[in-house]
Amino acid sequence: MTKAINSAPVLMVETEARDDRRVPDLRSMTDARVSLGRHGGGLPTQAQLSFLLDHARAREAVWASVDWTVLAERLEQAGLTVLQADSLAENRSIYVRRPDLGRLLSEDAEKRLRDIAADKNFDIAIVVADGLSSSAVDINAVPLIAALTPKLASLGLKPAPVVLASQARVAIGDPVGAALGVKLSIVLVGERPGLSAADSLGAYVTLDPKPGTSDSSRNCVSNIRDGGLAIHEAADIIASLVRDMLRTNVSGVALKAAVSKLSNWSS
Amino acid sequence: MTYKTTIEQTVFRFDDLKTLLAKATPERSGDQLAGIAADGPVERLAAQMALADLPLKAFLNEELIPADEDEVSRLILDQHDPRAFAAISTLTVGELREWLLRPETTQDRLEAVCWGLTPEMVAAVSKIMRLQDMIAVSAKRRVVTRFRSTVGLGGRLSTRNQPNHPTDDSRGIIASAIDGLLMGSGDAVIGVNPATDSTEDYIRIVTLLDELREKLAIPTQTCCLGHVTTAIEAIERQAPVDLVFQSVAGSEKANRGFGVDLALLRQAHDAGRSLKRGMPGANIMYFETGQGAALSADAHFGVDQQTMETRAYAVAREFNPMLVNTVVGFIGPEYLFNGKQIIRAGIEDHFCGKMLGLPMGVDVCYTNHADADQEDMDTLLTLLCAANVNFVITVPGADDIMLNYQSLSHHDAVYCRETLKRPPAPEFETWLAEIGLTDRDGTLVGEPAALSNYVRSSALIGA
Repeated sequence: MTKAINSAPVLMVETEARDDRRVPDLRSMTDARVSLGRHGGGLPTQAQLSFLLDHARAREAVWASVDWTVLAERLEQAGLTVLQADSLAENRSIYVRRPDLGRLLSEDAEKRLRDIAADKNFDIAIVVADGLSSSAVDINAVPLIAALTPKLASLGLKPAPVVLASQARVAIGDPVGAALGVKLSIVLVGERPGLSAADSLGAYVTLDPKPGTSDSSRNCVSNIRDGGLAIHEAADIIASLVRDMLRTNVSGVALKAAVSKLSNWSS
Repeated sequence: MTYKTTIEQTVFRFDDLKTLLAKATPERSGDQLAGIAADGPVERLAAQMALADLPLKAFLNEELIPADEDEVSRLILDQHDPRAFAAISTLTVGELREWLLRPETTQDRLEAVCWGLTPEMVAAVSKIMRLQDMIAVSAKRRVVTRFRSTVGLGGRLSTRNQPNHPTDDSRGIIASAIDGLLMGSGDAVIGVNPATDSTEDYIRIVTLLDELREKLAIPTQTCCLGHVTTAIEAIERQAPVDLVFQSVAGSEKANRGFGVDLALLRQAHDAGRSLKRGMPGANIMYFETGQGAALSADAHFGVDQQTMETRAYAVAREFNPMLVNTVVGFIGPEYLFNGKQIIRAGIEDHFCGKMLGLPMGVDVCYTNHADADQEDMDTLLTLLCAANVNFVITVPGADDIMLNYQSLSHHDAVYCRETLKRPPAPEFETWLAEIGLTDRDGTLVGEPAALSNYVRSSALIGA
C-alpha cells in the first residue's frame, strides 16, 4: 500500500513498525480512488495528473466530433448502405444546451428519408447517434452493427440503410423511424462519459418509433465497450429484445411482463 | 401587473412578476432552455433595475404559481409571518440588499426576519447581488443544527463522507467510508446514495453504517439516501435510521415527480422522530435540492430555475432539517452551462437557504459534459468557506464511481482545515484527536489501529 504521509520520516518508520495493524489495502475492496496518499491537502503528483488525464479523455469524448466520413466508409466496406440525417442542433455548444433540438430532424432530412423509404417496406432501422461520446461511436459502432446485422436478417427483418445522426440524442430515432416507416428502431448512442470509461455505447430498442414516444417504451442495453459489456454479448441481447418485441408487440418497461405471459401460455 | 424600466428612452416592459424575475436572473442555460431568459445583458439590467425598485410587499400580492393549484405556494403563504416581516416591510428589493449588507444587520436581526421573508423575496434580492454581496451576508448568518454532532457553528466546516458504491457492496462502502475517516471527513453525516432500491438493501446499508459509527464511537450521524417511503418501511422494521432523506423541489408537481408530497414528508418526519436516536430535540431530516429539478420535471410553470430552487427551501424549512444541500453541478450543462454558472448558483443557493433559516450545505460538483473542472470547484469551495457554509460533500479522489460525477475529494476537506482554518464540528474534532487521527494542533497525523482493526474484524463486511 502506498501511503504518502506529509510529515516526518520518523512517522513512516513508526507506521512500518506496526505493520500488522495497518489498514488493509482498501483498494482491493472498491474501485473508488481510495488510499491515494496526500501531501497536506494535495494529492500526490501522479494521482493528480492521472485524474486530470481521465477528465481530459472524458471531455474529449464529449467535445470531439465523430468522423462520419470514415464511419460511413467502414460501414460501406462491411456491405451496408448509409444515410446522413442530422439533428436540429447545429453544433456541440448548442447541442449540450438544447437537449430538445438533439431529438428533432430537419424537415429536409425527414423528407429525404421518406423519399428513400417509399415502397421499400423496411422493417428495422439502425441509427448511430453521437450522443455525449464520440469515442464510443468511433470505437464500438461498426463492430456492433457488423455483429447485429446477420442476427436481424435471420429474424427475417428487412433493414433500412444505417442512419448516421450528428448532434443527436436517443429520441432522434423516433422521427427517423417514422420517416422510414419501420416497425422497430435501434439507436446506438454515445453515453455520458464517466472518469473511468469514456467510450461506453448504449443501445435503445423501440417498437413502432414515432415522435412523442415516451422513454418508458424503450429497452436499453448500456455500457457496451471493451471492459464493459462485450460487443457479441450486446448484439445477442439486442437481437433477443427485437425478437421479444416482435412476438409480444410490446416494448419498454412492460416487455418483461409481456414475455413471461407469452411463455406461460405456450407452456 | 406590468413592470417597466426606461434606459435611454428605450422602455422595457415585463408582463408579470415571474417574467420580471426570470429576465432579471444572471445568465444560465436552464432559463434559456425554458425560453424565459433575458434576450441579452441590457434587457437583463433593465429587469434588475425594475426589480430593485419593487417593494417587498409586491411579493405578497402577486402569486407566481397559484396557491389554488399548488401546495408549495399554499405552504409559502402559511409560513409568512407578518410580525417578522414588519422590520423590512417598507423596503424595496434594492433597499433590502443594502439593509442585508450593513454591519448593524447582525445574526440576531437576520434571524428575526427569517419567517417574514418569502422564498421569492430572497430569490429576488439575490438576483441583484454579486458573489461578494452574498458571501458577506451569508457569513453573518449561522444556522446551527444537532443530532450527535453540532453542525453550522461559526468558523467551522463539516463534511458529508459519501462512500457510494456502484452495486452497494458492503465491503466497498466501508472501504470508502474508512478512506474518508482517515482524512477526517464525515462529521455532518456518513451518507450513502444507494444504487439499489429495495428496503432490504436500505436496511443492510444503514445497519452497516451504524455498526461502523457505534464500534468506532464516532460522534456523527448516518444516512442511506433512499426514498422516504423506504425509510418509513425500514423504521417500521426497527432499522437503525438516523437521518431521513428526501430530494425536494419547488412545486407540488415537481415533488410528485419525486414521489412525495407534504403529507408524506410529515409522515416520514414523525417516523424518524419516533426512534429518538439523536440528542433531545435533534434535527432529523436531510434534504437535497438543485436548480433545474423543476424544469426537468416540466413542473416550473414559467418560473426561473433559481426562484423554483428557493421555493424548495420553503418545503425543507417546514421540517427543521439537520442538513440541506444543493447538488449544484450535478444536473448538467443544459441547466448550468459552465464553471461560472455553477459557481454563481452554488453561492446563490447557499445564501438563499441561509436567509430562510436552513442549515445549508453544498455538493460542490460537476459532470463531464459541463464546461467545468477541478479549478472551478477549488474556487467555489474557497468562496463557500468564506460564506460560512455548513458542510460540503467529499468522496475518494473526487470521483463518485456510483453517480459518475465529480464531487470534492476528502483531500479538499484537509485543505479547508489546514489552509482556511476551518475545523470540523467540535464533538468530531475531539474524537479525531482521541482516536489518534490528529495531533494537538488538529493536524492529521496517522492511521490509528482502531480503524485498521475495524476493517479486519467487522462481521458485516466479511473481512
